[in-house]
Amino acid sequence: MTGTQTLVCLRTVGQEDPASLATYVKLGGYAQLRRLVTEQVKATEIISQVKLSGLRGRGGAGFPTGLKWSFMPRYFDGTKYLVCNTDEGEPGTFKDRDIIRYNPHQLIEGMAIAAYTLGARVGYNYIHGEIWQDYEIFEAALDEARQAGYLGENLFGTSFNFDLYAVHGYGAYICGEETALIESIEGKKGQPRFKPPFPASYGVFGKPTNVNNTESYTSIPWIMEHGGQAFQELGVANSGGTKIFSISGHVEKPGNYEVNMGISFVELLTLAGGVWKGRQLKAVIPGGPSTAVLPASAIIGATMDYDGLSKAGSSLGAGSMIVMDETTCMVKTLKRLSYFFFEESCGQCTPCREGTGWIYRVIKRIVDGQGKLEDLDLLTDVSSNISGRTICALGDAAATPVLSFIKQFRPEFEYYIQHGRSMVEDGVVVQEVAYA
Amino acid sequence: MSLSAESLAKIDRELTKYPPEHRQAAVMSALRIVQAEQGWLSKDSITEVADYLRIPAIAALEVATFYNMYELEPVGKYKITVCTNISCMLRDSEEIVNHLEKKLGIGFNETTADGRFTLKEGECMGCCGGAPLFHINNTDMHEYLTPDKVDKILEGLDK
Repeated sequence: MTGTQTLVCLRTVGQEDPASLATYVKLGGYAQLRRLVTEQVKATEIISQVKLSGLRGRGGAGFPTGLKWSFMPRYFDGTKYLVCNTDEGEPGTFKDRDIIRYNPHQLIEGMAIAAYTLGARVGYNYIHGEIWQDYEIFEAALDEARQAGYLGENLFGTSFNFDLYAVHGYGAYICGEETALIESIEGKKGQPRFKPPFPASYGVFGKPTNVNNTESYTSIPWIMEHGGQAFQELGVANSGGTKIFSISGHVEKPGNYEVNMGISFVELLTLAGGVWKGRQLKAVIPGGPSTAVLPASAIIGATMDYDGLSKAGSSLGAGSMIVMDETTCMVKTLKRLSYFFFEESCGQCTPCREGTGWIYRVIKRIVDGQGKLEDLDLLTDVSSNISGRTICALGDAAATPVLSFIKQFRPEFEYYIQHGRSMVEDGVVVQEVAYA
Repeated sequence: MSLSAESLAKIDRELTKYPPEHRQAAVMSALRIVQAEQGWLSKDSITEVADYLRIPAIAALEVATFYNMYELEPVGKYKITVCTNISCMLRDSEEIVNHLEKKLGIGFNETTADGRFTLKEGECMGCCGGAPLFHINNTDMHEYLTPDKVDKILEGLDK
């Protein structure tokens, strides 16, 4: 425990030389992999512990990890693959970076346990393009693990073989989508595949593949050590365990905070030093821009877990909490987010390719003082016509900020259109602010 | 320009990560390696990478044009890519951009006359806790920027 943090995935943070094998082994690292493999613990037993833990996919979708693992075919004549998604490019998300640069061996152990459980022979960790220095730290950790006999052939003198490699992305948000990521591993444009078939039956090189987020795999060694029940009990109903929240924007101490699921919003904001400069809270995007923005009044009483944020009118996403103070112009903020989705749409589906550009141009027109009141309905209409009409979730992600910003802050958009400038910059306050 | 022996050795190491019949899988890293050596990717370099991997040139070009961090035109010795996405915007990345534009006398997608600096606008780099931030030449991340810190970083670069 550090303050009110519970360090599961960031267990080595604060240790000297946190990324080294020696540090991780000193904390009991790789003992679970060794135990499971040498005692030949059955896959069904491991999966039932993961199910019991309540662990849900930490990349944003929240799909139960144990259930996902059970989709992998038990018997397959050929190579099965394991993939880790460290391609965090959703604005405000930077938790997996801290795992690979501070605690890479726990991720490697978690992946090796998953490989043993699912019978995967080869694994890839796909790492976001912009964090080259952290990619190199992970590559060094892989070398250390190979030399120490935790990766490779006949591990612990058994017939278990597992090779794990790092793959470097090169700047495409869409590759965070699991089938785009698989295309990218194969050396292609990152355009999502139609599903079904799902990766569990047709993944990397057309072979059965299990894809999980970095934080999900990294939780596994702790679950194996303490049991699924203990992990579940760290959190609350439907949200087992701990969660790393990446907190950015207008707080005193931006950064990653690993806490028990179900922590109150106020407690989490306090951990990050509260709103900066003594200002008032205006709005929060709780899980990254693909989750709905909430005004201060809606999030102030919320708990930070899947059900808590759903009740508040948004969702947990990847736990990427973006905090905005009273000086934030929501119109200009939405313009920047809309540009992002326009820029990052892969171009495959017409509603997303054309719709994201259309949305951006309309919001830009408003910011440039050329907006019309009908534009707000137009934006809602275009966004609603992207949502649910694309191969992957990027379309929905692009629509969510538009719909939620206009819903929650409509007077601010109307003011901007009527006056040709920002209400906030004019010093007009109509939105109630709730947190000091 | 031909690929150097050093680059080919690095590409060969990347190839060991994939089954031998899937040489295309190494194209992203191969293009990155060649760009790191030559500064940018010419059509000739992209074709050479494709030939080396025994894939059609269009397959390599398709990748080079899809991902943001490949450069298809020459850039300065130091390419500075500033993130301006929401978390950086909230921590005043605009001040950093204005400072760089004034100091270097160029805007986004421009290169200084002496060929030393190119300025680019980037999308989220996944380091938002350290906002505002930029990276240099796709590899060196600099966080918690202020105009003073930017000056020191630029002064510390080789001529």
